[in-house]
Amino acid sequence: MSSQTKPLLSITDLKTCFHTLDGVVNAVDDIQFDVYPGETLGLVGESGCGKSVTALSVLRLLRCPPAEITGKICFENRNLLELNSEEMRNIRGKDISMIFQEPMTSLNPVLTIGEQIAEAARNHKRMTRQEAWRWAVEMLRMVQIPGPNTRARDYPHRLSGGMRQRAVIAMALSCNPKLIMADEPTTALDVTIQAQIMNLMVHLKEEFKTAIVLITHNLGIIAEMASRVIVMYAGKIVEEAPIQELFKDPRHPYTKGLLGSIPVIGRKDKTGRYLQEIPGIVPSPLDMPVGCRFNPRCPKVMDRCKKEEPPMVRQGEHRRVLCWLEA
Amino acid sequence: MNKKGLKDQDNRFRRIWVKLNRNKTALFGSTLIVIYFLSALLAPVLYPGSPSAPNLIRSLEPPSLEHPLGTDELGRTILGRIIHGSRVSLVIAVGVIMVGLLIGVPLGLISGYYGGKIDFGIQRVTDMLLAFPGFLLALALVAVLGVGLKNTITSIGISMVPIYIRLVRGCVLAIREETYVEAARAVGTRDAAILFRHILPNVMVPITVQTSLGMGTAILFAAGLGFLGIGVQPPTPEWGAMLGSARAYIFNAPHVATFPGIAIFLAVLSFNLLGDGLRDALDPRFKI
Repeated sequence: MSSQTKPLLSITDLKTCFHTLDGVVNAVDDIQFDVYPGETLGLVGESGCGKSVTALSVLRLLRCPPAEITGKICFENRNLLELNSEEMRNIRGKDISMIFQEPMTSLNPVLTIGEQIAEAARNHKRMTRQEAWRWAVEMLRMVQIPGPNTRARDYPHRLSGGMRQRAVIAMALSCNPKLIMADEPTTALDVTIQAQIMNLMVHLKEEFKTAIVLITHNLGIIAEMASRVIVMYAGKIVEEAPIQELFKDPRHPYTKGLLGSIPVIGRKDKTGRYLQEIPGIVPSPLDMPVGCRFNPRCPKVMDRCKKEEPPMVRQGEHRRVLCWLEA
Repeated sequence: MNKKGLKDQDNRFRRIWVKLNRNKTALFGSTLIVIYFLSALLAPVLYPGSPSAPNLIRSLEPPSLEHPLGTDELGRTILGRIIHGSRVSLVIAVGVIMVGLLIGVPLGLISGYYGGKIDFGIQRVTDMLLAFPGFLLALALVAVLGVGLKNTITSIGISMVPIYIRLVRGCVLAIREETYVEAARAVGTRDAAILFRHILPNVMVPITVQTSLGMGTAILFAAGLGFLGIGVQPPTPEWGAMLGSARAYIFNAPHVATFPGIAIFLAVLSFNLLGDGLRDALDPRFKI
């Protein structure tokens, strides 16, 4: 992950806004980051900070209008925002794939899971129906579904949540993509299944040499899987750091708050409560605070934060913070 | 389809079948429909000879053993004409539904899925077609196209198209927002495959119900056109046309008008009852 290797995905000045009746919502506001081949990049932040919209923007899955995406999304030296819809369709699934949050709803209830995986494979590979079916069974075996031959003929409602998420992963991997956008892949699963799915993803990532952008609000999962983390708040990247440094030495007050809010059994804060929180709520995207977007909730807020937008302070190759404290 | 998939499908169909059977009115409707289809298929066996050959000596005879439903003004046996007429009516009903489905469903899918200008265009044309009462639209189309079996099917079929467009579009609007549609797009599935493989099977239930109800309407419309003398032309035995020509004798030979009328009434009723029954049977929220 040094500067010698070329980034697989390079996002610059990405802005995604939605034109609504109430006004223009800037869901993602001027962000930039790179993803290198084979790495796992964590993207964290609370609900509504623009994580999912970033992923959907990369795959251009947002309906435009009302959405409007500007900036540059370079994948292997091609700007995805300049491709026509057929070229973009060829990228989806073959080069970049996506895993969705809800395994209950991301499989079509009227098609067997084998049919759905086979179809995903046939989108980009020249295969007969039989070959695609065998491939689907093989993919189900890869994601460790027991009895893949019979399971392939099952409709999604016959599978448990964890099994379905495995099937979704099999579908996403069926054309061996170079990059997977995993949008909270384990949020809807219970804790033991979460661990299984995460282990599976680590295993498959090594096997297929796939890069993963892991979107989550679970810092535990990030610590386990990612090598680098990007923290987002209200549509902006507020901090980027290699994983160890982020946990050891968080610089942005928001990141500190986020890490502090992980409950530790037996630890109490000053007021005697076990669970610490960041006071306040995420600002409405229609009514962003002036200056730093975190200023109404920041414990170290200064006058300057309320007037001027903070600069992005670079502190090494993969270390940057958006904060006046570091300037 | 593979073995286990078939078994799953079988189970589903059996559940629907059991639910339909418990619904007595739907059972009544489907029994009648089976009788109509059988009489249409077996017409040459049930009533050999031409139903249109006149026999003027025996005109306007009341029901007897030889002619169970009596004879009409040209001495043709009414039962035979009703049996042969069921062929015409069912051909019209099936043809009309084909026209409605083949044009209406794809347009509804496209309109709902793509939205925007395409949707706007299709919906304004649909609005125009729906502004006319269905029968009036069919009547106007016959005036343009001319009389005859083919034109009857075409004009009634076109008057059904906007109903299917609206129905399908409404369902697609809800289904296109489902995650599995987004997931299919995320692995690079073509739009055509998304529309016909992912979305269409999910809107089959309302389409099936509408098809059954639509068959009843089609028969009624065809009979209406026949009655007015601008549908299927004599001497082809058509229920509406039979009713139309019997109008003149309604006071001295009421049976000539009554029996074709009952045939139309029962056919429309049975399709409507089946449609209602199907709606309940196909709705998974209604448990048996």
